[in-house]
Amino acid sequence: MSTTTHPVLSPVKDAATAARLGRGRKRADRVARLLSLAATGIGLIFLVSILVTLFVKGFGAMNLSVFTEITRPPGSNGGLLNAIIGSLIQVALATMIGTPIGMLVGTFLAEYARGSAFGNVVRFVSDILLSAPSILIGLFVYQLLVLPFGGFSGWAGVAALSIIIVPIVVRTTEDMLNLIPNTLREAVFGLGSPKWKMIVLVCWRSATSGIITGILLGIARIAGETAPLLFTSLGNNAWSTNLSQPMPSLPITIYSYAGSPFQDWIELAWAGALLITLAVLLLNILARSLLRRGT
Amino acid sequence: MSPPSDSAMQDSAAAIPSSSFGGMQARSAAALNETARVAIRNLDFYYGANRALKGINLDLPERQVTGMIGPSGCGKSTLLRVLNRMYSLYPGQRATGEVILDGRNIIDDDMDVNELRAKIGMVFQKPTPFPMTIHENIAFGVRLHEKLSRAQMDERVEWALTRAAIWGEVKDRLNTNAMGLSGGQQQRLCIARTIAVRPEVILFDEPTSALDPISTLKIEELIDELKQDFTIAIVTHNMQQAARCADQVAFFYLGELIEVAPAAQLFTAPQQPRTQEYITGRFG
Repeated sequence: MSTTTHPVLSPVKDAATAARLGRGRKRADRVARLLSLAATGIGLIFLVSILVTLFVKGFGAMNLSVFTEITRPPGSNGGLLNAIIGSLIQVALATMIGTPIGMLVGTFLAEYARGSAFGNVVRFVSDILLSAPSILIGLFVYQLLVLPFGGFSGWAGVAALSIIIVPIVVRTTEDMLNLIPNTLREAVFGLGSPKWKMIVLVCWRSATSGIITGILLGIARIAGETAPLLFTSLGNNAWSTNLSQPMPSLPITIYSYAGSPFQDWIELAWAGALLITLAVLLLNILARSLLRRGT
Repeated sequence: MSPPSDSAMQDSAAAIPSSSFGGMQARSAAALNETARVAIRNLDFYYGANRALKGINLDLPERQVTGMIGPSGCGKSTLLRVLNRMYSLYPGQRATGEVILDGRNIIDDDMDVNELRAKIGMVFQKPTPFPMTIHENIAFGVRLHEKLSRAQMDERVEWALTRAAIWGEVKDRLNTNAMGLSGGQQQRLCIARTIAVRPEVILFDEPTSALDPISTLKIEELIDELKQDFTIAIVTHNMQQAARCADQVAFFYLGELIEVAPAAQLFTAPQQPRTQEYITGRFG
């Protein structure tokens, strides 16, 4: 007895219908595949053209003096040294301030406030902060640290960047801790461990690679931020490592140089843009390889 | 029963956690339990409003294996989670009644759960090695409760791993990550981690359900070894396993303890019709 006599097992009545349905499905599949390929192609074309332009112009402008000279007036063969150092200082300090705060908040959300109303509010606010336009954060710090203390300063830039990195670290820390199975937590408790030891010695350790990945991505994000620095550390054409004074940074220098009418400044802006892109690329590769090794 | 005499009874339970309850547990306790390590009396357990354990009375005899069987949802795992207060982690879960260990009711609010869990260790269904080296895995629990010198700690680690029958397999790689062990080895590592704290009671919650037959056999042999030193309770879905490992077996159904008896008796001549039906495979 053939299976076609079982109505439940065989929804298709005959071979011709099956073939017709099959043709329709294949056609739909081809259309869907074509559309997604086209969309991917359009996206890639823009990305590749940006990268190619950046690499050609950036490497064309790259030379040793970019790294050894500070910014100078047009026509006097300056470099980006002060901007690079200024960026490194501000990003490093912002990471040192923002990362512990973000990790602790993320830990609070995942380990202490799961499902609580207060936790939900904190998570919601953090997510809003994550997607807030960064210029708003710049303006906020301007009101808070620049106006009352009589001027632009490196510290204000650090504060703005810290505020940007916090929600990134909060989200990845919470996500990574949420991935840890509860059975592991129970196993730690089962040995008679207090909760804080469970979190510090086991959960954080389990989530290390994921949390570090989040921190690296956060660094990559703040390294390229321009808007929050406009109102805070302002930029500085002189050599300055004094955080109470306006401080130079790569994004600000690119911003002001790229819009200038001077050919050598425009070239330096390309070199700076390439530097930031390479640094961000490196951080992303590092983050990915870390995450892969961790899982 | 009036309140005063009720509390008098509880006092005596606290004082003598032993055969004085023969009258209450006529079917089992009088015969078996000359020295009950853990005495469970009139235990009720609630998940929110849902009563998951109903008036449980059971003794865990010292240095014997108590097997707990019954269909899914019968409350046997819940009972284990009461014994080490694991349920206290979750709001909305609560127990009433008495679980007497060393003369104390461990489900009292003022019981120090960390101290309790050092006395009543637990091995879980899934192996749960910590993300650290084999040595650190064992030392972790010990460090929570004792301050040992490096040499003493090494000695304790070796002792625990030897008792868990895994020392030979790992002694040359104590400083490698425990995640690299096989499933069966991970489970024996977890057993070693539990006994390293030197508990009095070890709870096994379906310890072999995630393991292959060879690993299962090793764990069962191990349980047989461990009962020389520890009082053991094991929850299992596998009746053959209960028959092989346990000295006494308790059958649970819908949150009630239906029958508890020496293993041979429960499996060959059960007194209750529902036990009979379950062990002959008619439900569950």
